[in-house]
Amino acid sequence: MVRFAGVGLRYANAARPVGGLAGDRPGAGEPAALHDVSFTLPQGSFHWLLGPSGAGKSSVLRLMQLSLRPTSGSVEVLGADLSRIRRRDLPALRRRIGTVWQDFRLLPHLPVQDNVALPLRIAGRAEGQIRADVAEMLRWAGLESKAGQLPATLSGGEQQRAALARAVVMRPALLLADEPTGNLDTVQARRVLALLHEMHRLGTTVVVATHAEALVEAYPAPALWLERGRLVSHG
Amino acid sequence: MAEPRLRHGAEARLRRSRGRDPLGLRRVMSDRLLPALVAAMALLAALAIAGARGAADLTSRWEGGAATAMTVQLPSAAATDGRLTRALATLAAMPEVAEARAMDQARLRALLRPWLGEAPAVPLPTIIELRLEELPRDPAALADRIATAVPGGAVEAHGVWVARLVALARSLQAVALAALLLVAGIATAVVAVAVRAGIAARREAITILHDLGATDTDIAGRFAARAALLVGLGGLAGTLVAAPVLAGFADLAAPLVGGQPGVDLLALPWGKLPWLELALLPCLAAGLGWLTAQATVRRWLRRLP
Ligand SMILES: Nc1ncnc2c1ncn2[C@@H]1O[C@H](COP(=O)(O)OP(=O)(O)OP(=O)(O)O)[C@@H](O)[C@H]1O
Ligand SMILES: [Mg+2]
Repeated sequence: MVRFAGVGLRYANAARPVGGLAGDRPGAGEPAALHDVSFTLPQGSFHWLLGPSGAGKSSVLRLMQLSLRPTSGSVEVLGADLSRIRRRDLPALRRRIGTVWQDFRLLPHLPVQDNVALPLRIAGRAEGQIRADVAEMLRWAGLESKAGQLPATLSGGEQQRAALARAVVMRPALLLADEPTGNLDTVQARRVLALLHEMHRLGTTVVVATHAEALVEAYPAPALWLERGRLVSHG
Repeated sequence: MAEPRLRHGAEARLRRSRGRDPLGLRRVMSDRLLPALVAAMALLAALAIAGARGAADLTSRWEGGAATAMTVQLPSAAATDGRLTRALATLAAMPEVAEARAMDQARLRALLRPWLGEAPAVPLPTIIELRLEELPRDPAALADRIATAVPGGAVEAHGVWVARLVALARSLQAVALAALLLVAGIATAVVAVAVRAGIAARREAITILHDLGATDTDIAGRFAARAALLVGLGGLAGTLVAAPVLAGFADLAAPLVGGQPGVDLLALPWGKLPWLELALLPCLAAGLGWLTAQATVRRWLRRLP
């Protein structure tokens, strides 16, 4: 379950999701990225997260992914209240959340199979089990033949599927995908969507941010509509 | 036939090793500069340790001599004709003298045995040992005054010089300790800089691991393991280079502390080296590297939520 109650978010440079530059000070004056956003996503649901560019979709996903804390309001993810949880309890929670980032964030110096294995290694799984799980994941994502290649040598669609394989390899309770079909042709996009739906069918709560209205029409599901940091429709 | 399989094996090994190094630290904290710098510092540290140890040896060896700053020698008859008693009284009355004591004849005989044999044919002189209130600025002037006060007495002031050497050796020990602390400080700074460079180069990878649920302990541990390995190896190399140099010094110092100089490499006084301290050096270096990396990385990670 995911619950946002009156969530506001203002990016101070110090709170950037990817560590701030040295010498940055928490900056005031930047406009708020989210205002008073409230919604509840039941366990096992599938939701679209829609809105124009800059509306705050990625920001909502970052909050759900626990890589940002809200400036105001409260965020509850998988039963944990983000404002009350201790920092050292966050990693265990993050391991139950799978994320496909808008820019993939594959590690460039690791072959695809090690990128996919990363969450398992972080969780300290046995190496034998990891090999089996990764092989299965790569088969599921249609990447068996690319296992030993570096991400840079993959097509956009293949990188996208590698990112998806890494996001689901831990069988997450919550799966977040940011623009998972950006830059993909229709066939590739539907293929990724089918994989996301399969995870939903297996009981995972799924949230997918996208611009692609054709996809939303092809897979009708409840949607959160954001505009300039505000939630304008829900359902 | 064999070659493709071999190449495949090597590739698999490479992949496996990359899997265990998801931050690619082998690349960004390379096995060149950091170990070389640490080796140089370990060499300095080893020299400092050996210097401190050598100074300590000299001090303990000479201290006995320094306690008796001066001696006054009277003819052997002085012990029986009252001159000794008078001399002792005169000397004890002098403000510079803390204690004047006649040396026990048995002890004197023992000291002279190597030169004079078991039953000396010559009569042994009477020796008065003087402990002084403080080391005189001008030992020669004091010796003159004592010689005037004790007619027929021959004054020997070498103990004053020994005491000065002991003071010098003590300050050498202190300097060596300071040098050791300085080297440790510089090593810490060097490791911190190397780790920060590694963080900067792998910042994106670190935040990805963090977002995938890696703990601070996990991430800091990877840096710390790498740093400890590199610093430990550097420390070992530096110590190994230092050993023969130190053995050479020990050889030069041998006569001063009552030994014989060696004739070839194997005859160098290897056993005299402070092996325990030297063996500890790479371990301490590795520990220092580990701690520094842990502190540096954890400090950086605190900025992530
Ligand atoms: N790291 C950041 N630092 C400062 N401001 C940011 C940061 N990330 C996003 N913003 C700002 O927050 C607002 C919402 O951005 P966000 O990335 O959530 O939008 P989005 O809906 O995902 O857009 P897109 O569809 O283009 O991906 C934007 O005004 C953006 O400039
Ligand atoms: Mg976005």
